[in-house]
Amino acid sequence: MATLNVNGSTVEVDGPSDTTLLWALRDMVGLTGTKYGCGVGLCGACTVHLNGVATRSCMLTLEDVEGSEITTIEGLSPDGDHPVQTAWRDLHVPQCGFCQSGQIMQAASLLSETPDPSDQEILDGMSGNICRCGCYQRIVAAVRQAATGS
Amino acid sequence: MLHFLEQAARGRAKTAGKLTVAHVSRRGFMATATAGFALASFAGDAGAFARYKTGGDSMPHGLRYDPHLFVAIDADGTVTLTAHRSEMGTGSRTSLPMILADEMGADWAMVKIIQAPGDEPKYGNQDTDGSRSVRHHIQAMRQMGASVRHMLAQAAADKAGVDVKDVQVGVHEVTAGGNTMGFGDLAEAAMQVPVPEFEALSFKDESEFRYIGKRNIGIYDLHDITTGKAVYGADVKLDGMVYAAVARPPVHAAKPLSYDATETWEVPGVQQVMGLPIADFPAKFAPKGGIAVIASNTDAAIKGRDALEIEWGDSRHSDYNSDAFIAEMKETATQPGNVLRAVGDARAAIDGAAKTFKAQYGGAHMAHAMMEPPVAVADVTDGKATIWAPVQSPFGARGDIAAALNMDIADVEVLVTLLGGGFGRKSKCDFAIEAALLSQKLGKPVKVQWTRVDDIQNSFYHTTSVEELEVGMDENGKWLGFRHNSVAPSILSTFAPDSGHQFFIESGMGHLDNPFQVPNVSIENGKAMAKTRIGWFRVVSNIPRAWAQQTFMSEIAADLGKDELEYMLDVMGEDRVIDIKAENYPDNFWDYGEVYDEYPMDVGRQKKVLRMAAEKAGWGQSLPAGEGIGLASHRCFVTYIAAAARVKVVDGQIRVPQIDVALDCGFVAMPERVESQIQGAAVQGMTAALYSAINFEDGVPQEENYDTYQMVRSDNFPEKVNVHIVPHPFSVHASGAGEPGVAPIAPAIGNAIFHATGKRFRDMPFGDTV
Repeated sequence: MATLNVNGSTVEVDGPSDTTLLWALRDMVGLTGTKYGCGVGLCGACTVHLNGVATRSCMLTLEDVEGSEITTIEGLSPDGDHPVQTAWRDLHVPQCGFCQSGQIMQAASLLSETPDPSDQEILDGMSGNICRCGCYQRIVAAVRQAATGS
Repeated sequence: MLHFLEQAARGRAKTAGKLTVAHVSRRGFMATATAGFALASFAGDAGAFARYKTGGDSMPHGLRYDPHLFVAIDADGTVTLTAHRSEMGTGSRTSLPMILADEMGADWAMVKIIQAPGDEPKYGNQDTDGSRSVRHHIQAMRQMGASVRHMLAQAAADKAGVDVKDVQVGVHEVTAGGNTMGFGDLAEAAMQVPVPEFEALSFKDESEFRYIGKRNIGIYDLHDITTGKAVYGADVKLDGMVYAAVARPPVHAAKPLSYDATETWEVPGVQQVMGLPIADFPAKFAPKGGIAVIASNTDAAIKGRDALEIEWGDSRHSDYNSDAFIAEMKETATQPGNVLRAVGDARAAIDGAAKTFKAQYGGAHMAHAMMEPPVAVADVTDGKATIWAPVQSPFGARGDIAAALNMDIADVEVLVTLLGGGFGRKSKCDFAIEAALLSQKLGKPVKVQWTRVDDIQNSFYHTTSVEELEVGMDENGKWLGFRHNSVAPSILSTFAPDSGHQFFIESGMGHLDNPFQVPNVSIENGKAMAKTRIGWFRVVSNIPRAWAQQTFMSEIAADLGKDELEYMLDVMGEDRVIDIKAENYPDNFWDYGEVYDEYPMDVGRQKKVLRMAAEKAGWGQSLPAGEGIGLASHRCFVTYIAAAARVKVVDGQIRVPQIDVALDCGFVAMPERVESQIQGAAVQGMTAALYSAINFEDGVPQEENYDTYQMVRSDNFPEKVNVHIVPHPFSVHASGAGEPGVAPIAPAIGNAIFHATGKRFRDMPFGDTV
């Protein structure tokens, strides 16, 4: 049994302390916006914020995150209108959409640390998130738009 | 693909694109219109479009034109449209309903979309594959939309007591006898009006489209995707559901000799360990089998599965070493193969030519590696089976699942979630069958979750290949004789005993069909037996063919000191529609399942897109050292596509700052999604060119995850993909945009690398450094 702080709420999770955070969120907490893509931190589909910083939830256990504030895509903004989410819709970024929760969480974290990133900082900052549909051109443009508001 | 494969596997390959079907009856509405439906709100005396024949009619269960199947209108005006094709990222779940809504006069803000279950007898063909959702269904969607508009108009006329000629249909409302009524007000009466025949319908003039061809709506699931609410296969959860992970044989068809589950049972949450029967190909989509671990959550299932100690036996595929296999194919390709098409005497023309050029081009196995690995949920209880799965062919899956469960198909239901990518992998429903079999055994709902390693190591792999091309030329480089020998294990080996030879679909993807104008031709196929499970991967055999042909032309141009663009255009020859009879194409030539006369090979269109891509890329400009532009064009899925890739080599690393892609895919319903597909295909094409190889050693795939099976990422990708679409009216048949974008990318990048560095690659993948 572990106590987590997820999206501002306290939730009790009935699982051993070495349970992977990703699967705890998905199977036990019922937050399925965070996706499984590789299981070893290579693709970024499972990205959540841990105390505001983009982190791969497939690489963490319940024990690792006790006492931390976890934010998932469902908790990024109350109405889904975080500037990154708005930019994603304005530029019609997704194709299949499966990686996009992770991309958006990564981008939001990038911009909170670096509000006005250079092109290179965007390219590097997003390079841990794979999109097999190949939406990178629009992902990069959307991060830029979210940063500048245009 | 699936449909044609099953035909071929049964040994009665259907002759598609028969020459005798010349100019099928085109019923131009203008000529025959007599019904009084010239609704005043449509400026139009446009009447109708000229119907044309597509391969959609010959797909299993064909097409449907009954709007009652696809349209429901609520009293509050909500229009519910049914999407019957699977959404894997191409946008067809939005575009087909959008076409219907536009023709109907519906306000998109009032439209809801629901997903059809796998039920082809009801909805018509649902096999989402082959770049054909819009190609096959655009006419039916327009017809159903127009039908509902007429039904609403008739209902309004009846209500107002006026003639239907005096009714105006606006946006989501109808005005009759001075009264304006919403679609909702008329819904009940309208749905009682008999569905008009095509000949009685008026259609919007293209100038009257509000959504078709415009850029004013996004994909239906956009908001849900960006907020984490969209439901994919893995997101389905049922009461009492258990979770499964399966240990599958590392060598195809190897059997477990023994196993020890001691450590598995130590994983909290593990509930059961059970075997699944081992299958060898040909077994269509039968699961590979293995040992399943059932647990109370996914984490425990995977950990329990990984803790199994299994001693696997050998199988007849244990000797598969893919490097050695490619070397064997290269040897085979030098020998004469089965001749699939011959014109004149290519051998004599080549042997007697002033100049000759010959080269072999290789390709490795690839795995689709879509971001959502295979996953499915099944509930097989009380004599009924319900499966939730991200499948491209839901009715095909339903039949396969029913057979595997030994149940009547009527008792099996397949519900389609969003697909987190497909690329052909999710046409094969082995993962859904696994879930169904486990649920049947356990008597409770089960989710089977594949890991990334499971996905990469248990694919239906893109085939490995060698293409040998040989040409004899005159002094000026004009082609006199051309030989193309293709050697690759066939997809058919998954469906039927393997002959070692490719079948008509593979031969129809840039092998039999090429745009070259040359008097002597020999199209040959050498033998290669499948040593792993082969399947189709986005754009399929066009990948090796475009790679070979377009690199070949570039090599010869460079050899002769000629301009690449001019030489490629010269080799394609005159603008012409290829006369497949005169060019001795076989009777079973497969023109992507279309009637050839409706979608003929028009070399002028291919030359046009090549010129367009080159021009937009600034072909002919002088570039700094270490930079180059390379060209390629190809016809595939009845679309013409060309790429001009700009490569910049920085410290030995291959970078692709820009690709200009030009395509001619006929009429375009949703240009923004076409651009999106092409931009994404450029990334996937670059990944295939640089990285994608599944290598087998002693039958075992060596790649496991995204570290060894690499993807192009945002730190080195085609940063600016400019998409140039050749504009066409509706009369130029819509073709396909999902797959073609991948085909020209690898050769365009390879040719650009040559221009940048002088280094030539002939085998894919070629890595990210020079």
